[in-house]
Parts: sequence; structure tokens; C-alpha cells
Amino acid sequence: MKELTLEATVQNIEAATEFVNAALEEFDCPMKTQMQIDLVVDEVFTNIAQYAYAPQTGTATVRVEPLEDSAGVRLTFFDGGKPFNPLANGDPDTTLSAEERSIGGLGIFLVKKMMDDVSYAYENGQNVLTTIKRF
Amino acid sequence: MKIYQEKNGETLAIALEGRLDTMTAPELEAALKDGLNGVSELTFDFTKLDYISSAGLRVLLGAQKTMHKQGSMKVTHVNEMIMEVFEVTGFTDFLTIE
Repeated sequence: MKELTLEATVQNIEAATEFVNAALEEFDCPMKTQMQIDLVVDEVFTNIAQYAYAPQTGTATVRVEPLEDSAGVRLTFFDGGKPFNPLANGDPDTTLSAEERSIGGLGIFLVKKMMDDVSYAYENGQNVLTTIKRF
Repeated sequence: MKIYQEKNGETLAIALEGRLDTMTAPELEAALKDGLNGVSELTFDFTKLDYISSAGLRVLLGAQKTMHKQGSMKVTHVNEMIMEVFEVTGFTDFLTIE
């Protein structure tokens, strides 16, 4: 298991991504899957950086660990910001035309599409978003 | 991310290199803000673009809305990962992808 805690800022997304990629290489993660996971890190970290503590700031933790039962990885994000379940909102309507589309809502939707399983819990004063990707 | 722009009359070609994500999407947004004035044909070349996040999708959506009013827009040389993002978000329905 590997874990990194950072100030939750947009500027730190790159550091979080590099940390996760280094761990994924150890776990023999396929390249295409790594790209999908990088996208997940970008989306989740962005949400924490922009909304979790606003207008204050705080930290975010990302944990990477291999699955016990099969090839794959569990990626868990922790933050101590306002309780917020990103899975509570419905999915955006992806059948709308460009003119009808509003900006936003696509980030967590992409996370759900890229990963095999995504779940949320509020534990010990922290938002915990657990995502699983099988290789 | 690197942004290469080539303007020829009313035609604008933009090639992107790297990642179009939360950190870099504002750079593209800034380039398009004034860059689309008088443009009737916009082409994005994604040959060297590794991936796109929702922040990048928002900028592309904004560009598409602008170009609907004043001309046409197409996206070329999209890799497998970016195509998957376009497909699951339904962007394939309104983007012209070649």
C-alpha cells in the first residue's frame, strides 16, 4: 500500500498523478489503464481542490494498493472537507446537443465510466471515495 | 501541454501536445477567447495529445458552440483513450471527428 498526502490544490494534481503512476508501474498496470487512472486522479483531485474546503484550504490523501483477489488496483481518496457524496447526483444527460449542454457534471461521470467500481463513505470526519480498476 | 496555432485567413488549425486537463485547459481557453474572432473553419489536431479530462471537454464544448454560430469545427487524429472519453460522454454525437 502506498499513500500520499498533499495540500489539496489544482497545482498539486501533477504531483499526485506522478505518485500514482509510480505505484501503478510497480503493480504492472497496462498503459491504457494507467491513462484512465490518470484521468480519475485529475477529476477527483480537482473536485477536492475546488470544492471540499472552499473558501479555506486543506489536505487530500490518495492511497494506491493492489487488489487481493485479482489483478487490479484500489485507488482511495480522502479529504477532511465538507461531507459531500459525489455519487448522489444523477448522471448528466449525454444525449443532449452541444447547444443544450451545460458545463459541469462530467468529471465524476467519467470516473464512474473509467473505473470498475466506485463507492463513497463518510468516515471519521473524512470523505472517502474508493475506486477499483481491474487490469 | 503545448499549443501550436496556424492561422490562414479564416482558417485556424490548432495542434495540441501533452495533456488537456484541469491544469492546462485554461491555457487553451485563453488562446481560443480572442483566437476565434473571424474564424470560420477550426481544426484541432490531436496527434500528440495523450488524454483529455472533463476540464478539456468543457473548453471543446465552448469552442463547438462558438463555431456553430460562425462556421465549422473538426477534431482530427484522436487516440483510443480520448475517443473512449468522447464516446462515453456523448461528445461523438455533436463533434466532427476525422
